[in-house]
Amino acid sequence: MNYRSVWRKSVNAVMFSLTGICALAAVSVLFFILGYLVWHGGRAINWDFFTKLPKPVGETGGGMANAIVGSAKLLLLASLVGVPVGFMGGVYLAEFGGKTFSFLVRYTTDLLNGVPSIVMGIFAYTMIVLPLKHFSTLAGGLALGVMMIPIAVRSTEEFLRAVPQSLREGALALGASKWKAIATVVIPAAFRGILTGIVLDLARVAGETAPLLFTSFNNRFWSPGWNQPTASLPVMIFTYAIAPYDDWHRQAWAAGLVLLGLVLLANITARVVLGRKLSSAAG
Amino acid sequence: MATTTVLVGSAPRPGRVRAFLFRLRSGDEVAHLLTLIFASAIILVTVLLVFELYRNSALARQKFGWQFLFTRTWDPVFERFGALPFIFGTVVTSAVGLLIAVPLGVGAAIFLAEMAPPRLSDALTFVIELLAAVPSVIFGLLAMFTLVPLLRTIVQPFLKNTLGFLPLFQGPNYGVGLLAAGLILAIMIVPFIISISREVLLAVPVEQREAALALGATRWEATWKVVVPYARAGILGSIFLAMARALGETMAVTMVIGNDPKITSSLFAPGYSIAAVIANEFTEATSDLHINSLIELGLVLFVLTFILNGLARLLILATRRKGTAHP
Amino acid sequence: MGVTMEQILLTPEAGEGRSEKSPTKPAVAVAAKLRVIDLSFYYGKAQALHGVSLDIAANRITALIGPSGCGKSTFLRSLNRMYETVRHARVEGQILLDNENTLDMDVSQLRRRVGMVFQKSNPFPKSIFDNVAYGLRVNGWKSEGTLQDAVERSLIRAALWDEVKDKLHKSAYALSGGQQQRLCIARALAVDPEVLLLDEPCSALDPIATAKIEELLFDLEQECTIVIVTHNMQQAARVADFTGFFLLGKLIEFNDTAIIFKTPAKKETEDYITGRFG
Repeated sequence: MNYRSVWRKSVNAVMFSLTGICALAAVSVLFFILGYLVWHGGRAINWDFFTKLPKPVGETGGGMANAIVGSAKLLLLASLVGVPVGFMGGVYLAEFGGKTFSFLVRYTTDLLNGVPSIVMGIFAYTMIVLPLKHFSTLAGGLALGVMMIPIAVRSTEEFLRAVPQSLREGALALGASKWKAIATVVIPAAFRGILTGIVLDLARVAGETAPLLFTSFNNRFWSPGWNQPTASLPVMIFTYAIAPYDDWHRQAWAAGLVLLGLVLLANITARVVLGRKLSSAAG
Repeated sequence: MATTTVLVGSAPRPGRVRAFLFRLRSGDEVAHLLTLIFASAIILVTVLLVFELYRNSALARQKFGWQFLFTRTWDPVFERFGALPFIFGTVVTSAVGLLIAVPLGVGAAIFLAEMAPPRLSDALTFVIELLAAVPSVIFGLLAMFTLVPLLRTIVQPFLKNTLGFLPLFQGPNYGVGLLAAGLILAIMIVPFIISISREVLLAVPVEQREAALALGATRWEATWKVVVPYARAGILGSIFLAMARALGETMAVTMVIGNDPKITSSLFAPGYSIAAVIANEFTEATSDLHINSLIELGLVLFVLTFILNGLARLLILATRRKGTAHP
Repeated sequence: MGVTMEQILLTPEAGEGRSEKSPTKPAVAVAAKLRVIDLSFYYGKAQALHGVSLDIAANRITALIGPSGCGKSTFLRSLNRMYETVRHARVEGQILLDNENTLDMDVSQLRRRVGMVFQKSNPFPKSIFDNVAYGLRVNGWKSEGTLQDAVERSLIRAALWDEVKDKLHKSAYALSGGQQQRLCIARALAVDPEVLLLDEPCSALDPIATAKIEELLFDLEQECTIVIVTHNMQQAARVADFTGFFLLGKLIEFNDTAIIFKTPAKKETEDYITGRFG
């Protein structure tokens, strides 16, 4: 009976368990979050939450209808900014790019991806809030839109590159010009992946709070048009959570559940649709 | 009708300009130009971002110069602004976060990449990557109502009793503070460390592990002594990336850090991070100097994350290259 | 120039030494659809084809054989300028299609007249119908009514119509490998090419599917000039009227298939045919 081999085998077993516990701990956090949110948020959710406006400060009841609509408007604006730039940029990198300029574009895209979201908020503030001298949905939409660009670019490029060269050649051999081949064969072939990437991108910015704090700000009422400050789900969660009112805490839980539910739904659907691992924020 | 010729590299022919215009008419060049414009827009936006950060912090930069980074006072009333408390808070909370997240994350990554059966590994990784998608404000919400009370009632008194001889664990116990922020940061960055480290470990050539096993190593020994060192650079890269994320994390930190711009030696004490102060004070700031100072803080944060992200990418790239290199 | 139906005697010419003529001249007089004159091909600094000259007879099947890497595929892809997708590819020489220089033509026009079928079938992720209709739509075919007829005609010519007529709107990927390749042929035929290039079209197919395609080629050659690259000598012997043997980027010999296989003039050809190498 070799003492050393017993020791080594037990070290093996111990480390196996230890690392397994680490993994388990990480996983259980998600379940804890979900569980807690479902418990507290589930109790708080009612029809009012989706249909009513916030009540005046201090009064109980009311809802977050304006925040839901506000978030939807912000996401719409964000996609108007982020999707075209991201998609076309991705097409450029995958199909047309020259060596040095492509490198520059990729580098900048990665750089933009690493910018903290609050700094993005500052950018939108200087670009729109300062000149217009007030907060607006427009500013919030711009901040979120610029945040969308890097992932849209990377996702588009990745899925375009995954289209086999044989398809491109097939189209060219039939007399299609390069851009026609790209538009009628390559992009449709990559469409599912690109769309999923964009949905994930939207889910990510839907939960962003920091860039909205001083761009779209907040609003206890409806925000018609694009030029006024607007409520949004994440900002409401923040505002209500740090406030001293229990009823507001209750509503924060409800909003948290709704927000997380949508985000997780988008993520799970995306991963199932694609059937493979998507790269995260890493390079 | 001169069209393109295929003699690339020969002397410039008179047909080239007409050729370009012809192709412009036929759509390929239009498409190229169009996509190029959008791609350039990305560069333009980024340059604009940096420029605006720089321009709108001019007042503060001119008034305080480099001393801004080393001044402890943050006084909106008397208009004396210094970044040091926030740099301190940012660094300390990130450090705490990393201290906890790195062993946990690398350990979990090792389990998922090397020790667990593939299907279990995939399932667990799927869940962990969902964790990365949870918005910051929801972490903050949960931290406020679960983590903070837990710290205040159980964990921090426990630490005080056991490790109270260290200045780190002395002082009044509010629940909110640097430790709370550090802990929630740890939870938020762990998925990134796990995800990237796992990928990096999986990319280590099978031959490396097989060689170790063939020599009689246990799975753990093969992993720890051969595979992990091989992937060292990539794992380090994932840590840098996580660090960069931690530095920029705003909402969860804002909600539990205590919002007190002081430099203390105790983890229990409330603190302030760069992102948190910008989030809290931006809309309240009255004077231009105040806002400029906040924007300068944003610039500092940008530069810090830029450097870290750059380093991270280099490290991850280095591991990838290594994995594909042939002897 | 301007004479399109020129009667010429085909003379096989080696890659170098164009004055050297084969001792056994074929006594065949056919029109040349494609004339390749001193074609050289470069990938950056590396030269893949060295001064190849040959004439492709109209409405005949011409096979190009040779060991891997001999340049036959490169040569084929020069005929419809597919190399233009590769960055540092460069061509010198002339290729005449009915006495028009293909290197000066609009490349889309060229590719409409000179179609290609690839080694591994590459149907688009669209329906069967949309695959065949693709070339027509992309080249500006307007009326939908005649589109149906054109698609049907191509599928009939490719001997695939009976098998797919009930499922035209199903995905092309639902077909078997052999059917997909015939679909690609139908797709190429839809735009009525004058020349059809096939790059080892049967290499991924079983013998039955291969036989179907070879039979197809016999029918097609009535209306179309066919150039087929194959690594399968038996296929060349079965199918081709003329055969060219390539080696290391040079055209070693080009003649009637019968002559190449029974009484080749060059030793390298003989070595390859009898299996001494390659």
